[in-house]
Amino acid sequence: MLDNLDKKIIAVMQDDFPLVAEPYQELAARIGISEDELLTKLNNYQKAGKLRKMGAVLKHREIGYAANALCAWIVPETRLDEVGRLMSGCKAVTHCYARIPQPEWPYNFYTMLHAHTRDECKALALKLAQMAGLDSYTLLFSTREWKKTSMNYFPEYANGEWPE
Amino acid sequence: MLTAFDKELLNIIQTRLPIEHRPFGRVAEWLETDETTVLERLSWLKANGYIRRIGAFFDSTCLGYVSTLAAVKVCPDQLEAVAKAINAYAGVTHNYEREGEYNLWFTLLTPDQDKQDRTLANIRNLPGVEGLISLPAIEKYKVSVEFNL
Repeated sequence: MLDNLDKKIIAVMQDDFPLVAEPYQELAARIGISEDELLTKLNNYQKAGKLRKMGAVLKHREIGYAANALCAWIVPETRLDEVGRLMSGCKAVTHCYARIPQPEWPYNFYTMLHAHTRDECKALALKLAQMAGLDSYTLLFSTREWKKTSMNYFPEYANGEWPE
Repeated sequence: MLTAFDKELLNIIQTRLPIEHRPFGRVAEWLETDETTVLERLSWLKANGYIRRIGAFFDSTCLGYVSTLAAVKVCPDQLEAVAKAINAYAGVTHNYEREGEYNLWFTLLTPDQDKQDRTLANIRNLPGVEGLISLPAIEKYKVSVEFNL
């Protein structure tokens, strides 16, 4: 379980990471703990899966991956795990989820595809379909990005006060 | 233009920023350069829009948050207003206009299910919204937004 200190650490770690020689020192000072304690906590979060990664997320359009499509699939329930493993192995697939479908929307499996062009996305989806032996899918190309941001967890803990 | 060095640096920094006293010094060692060069290039890459964010990325489920992927069917003349109203929720992290019957797709993270239900009900009631589907995940097989440069 997360205590108040964990929430405070998580809230502050979502600030811009300082591009300085000793960034954790600076972040620890903001939290009000020692650098060693922060490093230990972060390593523990990573081991427990709470911290997915320390690193950078790039702007995919700027680095040449201009096309992205959400590909929605109909996968027989008994094959979800097998297809999940198969598609996760593909580099162009960045996200892969099984989801609960709806009566008006039968697709129960989702892959996010990133490629340089639309045609490349289409070819990728076709390749995945053939590989997995699936024929019901739809490619939902994005036409406009309205919002893309990182989640701000426990924002109420970010500014010094620890709410009770 | 990205240099060969930038690409190598981006490949490393996407996946493993060391959790240690001088993380950029360690990255510099891997790249056989010095800490100052790494810091300067990273600042440049960030200022020039190649890097969206550097830092910690947490797993929402492990932190106790509830998530879903939702889509709404919106009539085109109301789309901008609906997109902006959806964006206003702090728990909406991605919101994309997409081709198809459901033309606006967003992800929603909330501290609990009740907050999710209320948020989705509010969105469903926005003027111009003709339908809403919510597709909560039952299994996460991969989340890895990493690109090989």
